[in-house]
Amino acid sequence: MTDDRVREEAADDEPLLARGIEHRSAREEARPGRAGAGSPDATPVIELSHVYLSFAAPLLDDISLAVARGETLVIAGESGTGKSTILKLILRLLVPDRGEIRIDGERINDLSFEEALEVRQKMGMVFQGAALFDSMTVFENVAYPLREHTDLDDDAIEERVRQKLEYVDLDPDKVMQQLPAELSGGMRKRVGIARGIANDPAILLYDEPTSGLDPLTTGTISRLIRKLQREKGVSSVVVSHDMRSAFSIATRIALLAKRRIAFLGTPDEMAATQDYYIRDFLGDL
Amino acid sequence: MFHPFQRLNEAAKRAVQGVQSYFVLAWNAIRFTVARPFYGGDVIQQMDAIGVQSLGIVLLTGFFTGMVLALQFSVQMAQFGATMYLGRLVTASMIRELGPVLAGLMVAGRVGSGIAAEIGSMRVTEQIDALNTLGTDPIKKLVTPRLLAALVMLPVLTILADLVGIFGGNVIASLYVGIPASLYWRTVWEQIAAGGFVLHYIPTDFIQGLFKPFVFGALIAITGCYFGLETSGGTEGVGRSTTRTVVTASVLILTTDYFMTQILLYILP
Repeated sequence: MTDDRVREEAADDEPLLARGIEHRSAREEARPGRAGAGSPDATPVIELSHVYLSFAAPLLDDISLAVARGETLVIAGESGTGKSTILKLILRLLVPDRGEIRIDGERINDLSFEEALEVRQKMGMVFQGAALFDSMTVFENVAYPLREHTDLDDDAIEERVRQKLEYVDLDPDKVMQQLPAELSGGMRKRVGIARGIANDPAILLYDEPTSGLDPLTTGTISRLIRKLQREKGVSSVVVSHDMRSAFSIATRIALLAKRRIAFLGTPDEMAATQDYYIRDFLGDL
Repeated sequence: MFHPFQRLNEAAKRAVQGVQSYFVLAWNAIRFTVARPFYGGDVIQQMDAIGVQSLGIVLLTGFFTGMVLALQFSVQMAQFGATMYLGRLVTASMIRELGPVLAGLMVAGRVGSGIAAEIGSMRVTEQIDALNTLGTDPIKKLVTPRLLAALVMLPVLTILADLVGIFGGNVIASLYVGIPASLYWRTVWEQIAAGGFVLHYIPTDFIQGLFKPFVFGALIAITGCYFGLETSGGTEGVGRSTTRTVVTASVLILTTDYFMTQILLYILP
């Protein structure tokens, strides 16, 4: 597809731009310094090769994906297509029936439970419902990975927790001693992100980070995901069916349908496609 | 459509897998008691939740059980003019059987269900997955501390249930039957000494009475954690896990009690 054609298609998608979505252009992706899909230093930090997985029925067939350093890959698709399952495979909470999964070049299929725990320390995960520990305060939640895996003293841990909470636009003095039940949905998500980045992981995985949030909070979370990519160079995999948010954060988008990857490309390429299913999936966007 | 035998086969497979998972969980929980990191703070917290917070209900049931035992025995023994031995009967019943079993059943109802509900809620709200992704083994963090706390606190609760039960018997013996407290407590001691002593100082009845709650503690903690970790199906699933825990733990307590009594009577007659 030529650049002119892309521009023409993008012009057809005027409503998308008119609604203020920060749609990334193909040109922006090609900026120097950004490790996009096509950049020459794009060594995959996450790689799935010909992955098959079945439970009672086949769920994933021949899935191959690679996430480059600093890239944000959004995995979209209808409910029940196995999007979140891919995150569990990357975290080695599940093992594929066939195929190979590599994190930073290391094959994780055959790791023992203890070895898998170590690999997971390279990753941060933001859960759909934030999955904060109910019995712990916000401070204890964010401090948890630091207490578990570092030798930092209490003062250093507190300083790091404050930093992370400020990074996600929360006032540490206000929220640190609150319990998760006392927070709003958006605040819980942000605390979840603060906990996910507490150990400064190179990889961040998000499971439906904007589901159940109002449009303003959705925008805040999307900006935060972009900020993490831009400032920290974090490689991210975001599972979402919120395509408005997906277009604003993704370097590339993979669309899962009928157990396979039906589409893999940049947001521009997705917006430009004439594929009936994809146009239907995007709806008014 | 499944053939009935195929269904039976599937059900049997699931049951065997369930038992296997139960024992694997128990083994891992025991194995992790000597593995690092050791969550000492969680053990103390669980000792409070399992032991201290169960104190009221265990003492109350122990006291009333001692009273009702004395009441029933006094009526029967009056027919033979043997009410003076009331203390012996109440003591033997409380220390050997009712203290451990009642404390076990009470804790299974209060604590076992609580463990299943807490861990089940953590499972359905992805907190267990969060522990995994944060590089923590959920068995080490959640199951082992609860197991250790139950192993320590069940015997303590049983000793206290025994004491208040025997005291409850004394209340009835004094106020209703008319046996002097001095006579009642003398017969209590006679019963304790009658079975002999292990290592010169430890009454044999105590060994019997304290071995059981140790096993019951393990059964309650592992059963609660097992059903909690197996929870699926949202809040409805949490309710199911809670019920299954109380039923399974209670049945396990009563059945293992019989077999342990057989074995202990053989070893320490």
